Amino acid sequence: MRYFLNLLGPGMALILSVACSTALAQTPTYKLGRAPSAEEIQSWDVAIGPEGKELPPGHGTAQEGAKLYAQKCAGCHGPTGTEGETSAKGRRPAPPLVGGQGTLNTPNPVRTIGSFWPFATTIWDYVYRTMPWNEERSLSADEVYAVTAFLLYRNGIIQESDVLDARSLPKIQMPNRNGFVPPEPVWKAPSGNRSRTP
Amino acid sequence: MNSKQSGRRRFLKEGAALAGLAVGAVRSARGQTLGSEIPAARAKDLRAYGEPSRFEKAARADLLTPLQDTLGIITPAALHFEVIRYRSGPPDIDPRQHRLLIHGLVDRPLIFTVEELKRLPSVSRIHFVECAGNSSPIEVVTVLGRRKSETVQQVHGLTACSEWTGVQLSLLLKEAGVQKGAGWLLAEGAEPGQHTKSIPLEKAMEDVLVAYGQNGEAVRPEQGYPFRLLVPGWEGVSNVKWLRRIKVVDRPYMTKMESTGYVALWPSLGGKGRWFNFEMGPKSVITFPSGGHRLPGRGFYEITGLAWSGRGAIRRVEVSTDGGRSWKDAQLQEPVHRMAHARFRLPWNWEGEEAVLQSRCTDDQGDVQPSLAEFARTWGVKPDYFQATSNRVNHFNSIYPWKVTREGSVRNALFS
Repeated sequence: MRYFLNLLGPGMALILSVACSTALAQTPTYKLGRAPSAEEIQSWDVAIGPEGKELPPGHGTAQEGAKLYAQKCAGCHGPTGTEGETSAKGRRPAPPLVGGQGTLNTPNPVRTIGSFWPFATTIWDYVYRTMPWNEERSLSADEVYAVTAFLLYRNGIIQESDVLDARSLPKIQMPNRNGFVPPEPVWKAPSGNRSRTP
Repeated sequence: MNSKQSGRRRFLKEGAALAGLAVGAVRSARGQTLGSEIPAARAKDLRAYGEPSRFEKAARADLLTPLQDTLGIITPAALHFEVIRYRSGPPDIDPRQHRLLIHGLVDRPLIFTVEELKRLPSVSRIHFVECAGNSSPIEVVTVLGRRKSETVQQVHGLTACSEWTGVQLSLLLKEAGVQKGAGWLLAEGAEPGQHTKSIPLEKAMEDVLVAYGQNGEAVRPEQGYPFRLLVPGWEGVSNVKWLRRIKVVDRPYMTKMESTGYVALWPSLGGKGRWFNFEMGPKSVITFPSGGHRLPGRGFYEITGLAWSGRGAIRRVEVSTDGGRSWKDAQLQEPVHRMAHARFRLPWNWEGEEAVLQSRCTDDQGDVQPSLAEFARTWGVKPDYFQATSNRVNHFNSIYPWKVTREGSVRNALFS
């Protein structure tokens, strides 16, 4: 064992020196730009990852979201969310948001929140930043939680009275979470090869 | 001539006259502080920023690059395709107000002004940008209606190639000091809707640029002014325009773009989605003669086209004039750049026979552009699947045939 550790010695030293030189290379060279304040970073840091760390305070239910959906979303996505649009002027047609389960392995797959999206946090993130069309960022955090809850409810994923907030939303298991290869969203396949398309 | 054209002619004539006045005003003002007396007509001074000859008709249609009209390997910035993500024109960003924030898993979060970013060491590189949905055989409904597939512009017009100038993203990340545990970036744009995209740190450190220059001038508003991300060889959606934020993170953020349409849903995967199909595969297409052209008569023509690969440089392009029964090596325009359009040319004598023209490229990784049958095999389908499905067909890089009829008209022959 001691012999083995002795053998490791020079190797460890090499690893340490490599680590040091990496750290050195990370000291700033040009010293341009300034340090942002914590408040500046927080006000810009609105994108939500699957862990939901950036989700703001607030809450909402599907019951509350139903009214909002009818007012703000149904005009394009359809009264029940299963319709979507086949054409639209000046923008892409709005896709259906509900339904599509069981279609992924057919010649005409329908990818909706319920049939395809792997993470519930993505709904909150996208609705907050990009919806409604032409009125981006006009919904409050409570309203986005409510609309997200409504869409999850309509897809049969949560109950109508379930309260969505920063704690409950990231825990929702989406129906198609295990419908992807590789199972985890990694860039490279376990073999180390970059994922390739033909 | 319709009224619109005659209006344009009139504008050109009057504009030229005003331009003369403006130049005169500038000359007389030299050495004096008479800036405020320079006529407003300067903005319309056609000599101050030139225009193509009025006899040239190259134009974007449905915002697609007119590949049949571009020469060499560079796409004029004005003809670079767009995939609309804004409502009425691109964001009108004042560079004095714009900032780039780098934060997340870094030792030193940083905010750069445009001026500061431009003071950093720069590089210029020639790269294509191609939308993942380019060349799709599906006649999808776009913002401007149902997409047609008659011409090379309509089929392949979601690619363009430019010389990009900017700062290496690796340099910016080193200034900020990337921390242990970092593996991805989230890049975000400043437009309404704030397009966001996850990008592996490894690619960011390899060759990604924050580009503020395109073909010798500032990146245009439609292309991300004052600067954009340029991710060589990867799906167009990664090249975040109007870049305003880079957050260094440990895992992909699974934004809407990477959770839905950009996930491959090949029937060969039995209904499972394959995420992160970043690199654009080897592709080539003949741009002349191509769909919609008409050969005026028998005799000599130069067959020419473009080839590119998101994995490296194009090494070889072969051309067939008999539907793939025999192939000849085309000449490649040197130098051939990595992850850039390569121009190929082959002399051809047309004897008036029916001919099917197609090209096939090989990149420096040894990857060969697939036939339609080979492409379909990867998907686990027969070729006719692509005529009927409503599935999203991204990364379609099949060999693309054009048929020349005995009358000399040229048509899309992918499915014939």
